[in-house]
Amino acid sequence: MELLIFYPLAGFCVVLALGVVFNNSPVGSAISLIGMMLGLSGVFVLQQAHFIAILQIIIYAGAIMVLFMFVIMLLNLKKGDDAGWIARERNLLLSVLTGLLAVGILYKISDVLFSAQMDTPATLPDSFGTVANIGETLFTDFVLPFEVASILLLAAMVGAVVLAKTKLD
Amino acid sequence: MFEGTVPLSHYLMLSATLFVIGIVGVLIRRNVIVVFMSIEIMLNAVNISLIAFDNYMNLSSGQIFSFMVMCVAAAEVSVGLAIIIALHRNKPTVNLDEFNLLKW
Repeated sequence: MELLIFYPLAGFCVVLALGVVFNNSPVGSAISLIGMMLGLSGVFVLQQAHFIAILQIIIYAGAIMVLFMFVIMLLNLKKGDDAGWIARERNLLLSVLTGLLAVGILYKISDVLFSAQMDTPATLPDSFGTVANIGETLFTDFVLPFEVASILLLAAMVGAVVLAKTKLD
Repeated sequence: MFEGTVPLSHYLMLSATLFVIGIVGVLIRRNVIVVFMSIEIMLNAVNISLIAFDNYMNLSSGQIFSFMVMCVAAAEVSVGLAIIIALHRNKPTVNLDEFNLLKW
């Protein structure tokens, strides 16, 4: 039953990720990316990581993608602003090489994965992935990384304001 | 045929596929914003495999790690988009090929 949910969800994510890369208009790419984030949060729910699934929607599909859309609208990007990516010289060579790289990586990974000897998966307690469980781990074993992350976000906030300011005096 | 839970290898394949799509996007697109979005795809792909291993081994540290990845992604996006705005102010284009001032 889980597989029946997983395959359409995974296909949806992959198609939308391809849509991000091969869409000519930046707004179309951003909307595909929002769809992909939502699909991925479904994958996280399937993996019992409920807290991360909610965070995925709030942080990625909410905050980060709003920022992307905001910048796209601010810069007034039009369709095909980089339409040159087909006509640019040596782009064909680069595309072929990229395609070969992609196929090679996927082939190697699937080769390794499907011949690997895996242990049986652990049985999960009911509390796996809940806010209580994650919060307990976060505030006991990972207090220092948590505090460092807050400093990182503060620094990023100050940096963004300074960088986007018109005049520095 | 569709019995049972999803095996670990399926999650890892999904993760690898999304990561490769992100690499392809970074390599073949020249629009700054789309390259940036491809980097987000790659970060998300890594999150899938972190949580898949977590689920497989009944740990919580992988979820904390993907939480940290999300923090770093948020910081990266805010600074990166500010840089893009500052660049666009100096040179009104989003084509990466035109930004070659530091190239030698």
